Amino acid sequence: MKQFFAFVRKEFYHIFRDRRTMFILLAMPVVQIIIFGFALTNEVKNSKIAIWDQSKDVATASLITQLEASRYFEVEQSINTAKEIESIFQKGEVKLAVILPPHFDEDLRHFNKAQVQLIADASDPNVANTLTNYASAIIIDYQNRITDERKLPYTITTEMRMLYNPELKGAYNFVPGVMAMVLLLVCTMMTAITIVREKETGTMEVMLVSPANPLKIVIAKAVPYFLLSAVNIITILLLSVFVLDVPVNGSLVLLVGESLLFTLVSLALGLLISTKAGSQQTALFISLVGLLLPTVMLSGFMFPIENMPLPLRTVSNIVPARWYYSIVKSVMIKGIGLHAVWKETLILSGMLIFFLGLAIKNFKTRLA
Amino acid sequence: MVNEKVILVENLTKKFEDFTAVDHISFDVHKGEIFGFLGANGAGKTTAMRMLSGLSMPTSGKAMVAGFDVYRENEKIKRNIGYMSQKFSLYEDLTVRENIRFYAGIYGKSSHFIKEKTELVLDELHLTAEGDKLVKSLPLGWKQKLAFSVAIFHEPRIVFLDEPTGGVDPVTRREFWHMIYEAAASGITVFVTTHYMDEAEYCDRVSIMVDGRIDALDTPQQLKKTFAAISMDEVFLKLARKATRAGD
Repeated sequence: MKQFFAFVRKEFYHIFRDRRTMFILLAMPVVQIIIFGFALTNEVKNSKIAIWDQSKDVATASLITQLEASRYFEVEQSINTAKEIESIFQKGEVKLAVILPPHFDEDLRHFNKAQVQLIADASDPNVANTLTNYASAIIIDYQNRITDERKLPYTITTEMRMLYNPELKGAYNFVPGVMAMVLLLVCTMMTAITIVREKETGTMEVMLVSPANPLKIVIAKAVPYFLLSAVNIITILLLSVFVLDVPVNGSLVLLVGESLLFTLVSLALGLLISTKAGSQQTALFISLVGLLLPTVMLSGFMFPIENMPLPLRTVSNIVPARWYYSIVKSVMIKGIGLHAVWKETLILSGMLIFFLGLAIKNFKTRLA
Repeated sequence: MVNEKVILVENLTKKFEDFTAVDHISFDVHKGEIFGFLGANGAGKTTAMRMLSGLSMPTSGKAMVAGFDVYRENEKIKRNIGYMSQKFSLYEDLTVRENIRFYAGIYGKSSHFIKEKTELVLDELHLTAEGDKLVKSLPLGWKQKLAFSVAIFHEPRIVFLDEPTGGVDPVTRREFWHMIYEAAASGITVFVTTHYMDEAEYCDRVSIMVDGRIDALDTPQQLKKTFAAISMDEVFLKLARKATRAGD
């Protein structure tokens, strides 16, 4: 045990004396939450739109007022010819144009029918989608107001409720994603690098000649990162609750427990990488390309897994973050308990045993 | 027990696929002896030393280190040896005292033992004032001497030194060898590989490896006589010329 503490203490010295490591370990979660929370957001707020009002009557005026009144849109300019549409999109500031044809009010009154055209800049399809959806919603809203005035024979009204995230906040989506990313970076990348560093400097050789059990050496390396990850989990949760207003709806104990399980999986992966990588660069490369990239792309955090083609969906099954992401969403956002996430928990536990077993098998007690 | 054999090697062989790095070597080392292990780059010195220190499993042959078998009693050997690798092996971001404490700690020494001996060692090295400085701030020669003190801190029966004086200035090398003599006098057997032929003269006995085999083994005086050479340098050149393996 004394031996073990000698290792752990030494590992903490390494971490605390290296400012860059310290920064990556403790500031990264804060920076990521802030970047994702305030800079990178899919939400539409004050988007600039252009309007080509060809009828300029009571109805169009009131519709435009309604568009302007919403916090989603800001009417940037009015246009008068079809040619202008192209040129404003090319400038790039305006992402949506609303075109109201002539005789709008008349058509509405006499034929009970009028048309509105929405033209969106779909070079960013997600933004185009969101903008047209919001604009249609406002137009439907406007229509409902008039139909209230004149009784129509039948109407179907849809009433929508957004469960779990009534305000459609992006934070509900990325907080679980950031947690997966941070834990993976801290545990996998840092553990792999510190072990490989000792191989490079030759200190690993000296330790292997000593009576210290190689397994103990490696576990002692993982302990500080495990503790730091626990600190990071708490930091992220505090930030999301108090800064981003994302509540923890489910059991906090379950959430932290699952996070620690994912931390262990990441540590095991780090050990596995360290047994394979010969240099710090290789370890870094494998961690970033082999792990971080799939975590961002295939965990469901950026792109929904259900929409992926079958090969990618299959690959996503072996990405640990996919299961962890799904657990955090269920527990933290939906507030459901272990009964709903036992399958994911079991898969992560299986991965832990598999990666750890493989890492131990590969770890060479003797150098050759 | 004057001629107690602490290392006993018979036909020790290590093959990497179809390459025989160490080819049936046999020798023994006595207690308190300074045993020089010479050879050109790629002759198999490091591989042989790794087998003896339990880092590498022999392909065939017999080897006993400190009375333990290298195949089965690996762990017991580790307890009884010290090792200083070719690469500088102290932690640069730890202080002198922290390095000593760490390495002594992994050998399971008590805090009391560590505390007392640390001051003793620092005093001998004239490093007491630098005890709380980071190792990276020390000159290379001091680091090297410190690394040796750390390798024998836990009082092993045998210490393996793999080219310990690489890149060190002549004055520090002399001081280093002084430390080796002191260690040997206190009963620690020293097994040392080196490139420097003048250092070979300091050894009690010297073996010279060529292409994985030991081609000569004797005291420096006797070797010079046998090969009709005036220096170890000449002995070495005469033997090394026969080598067919390219150095690395």
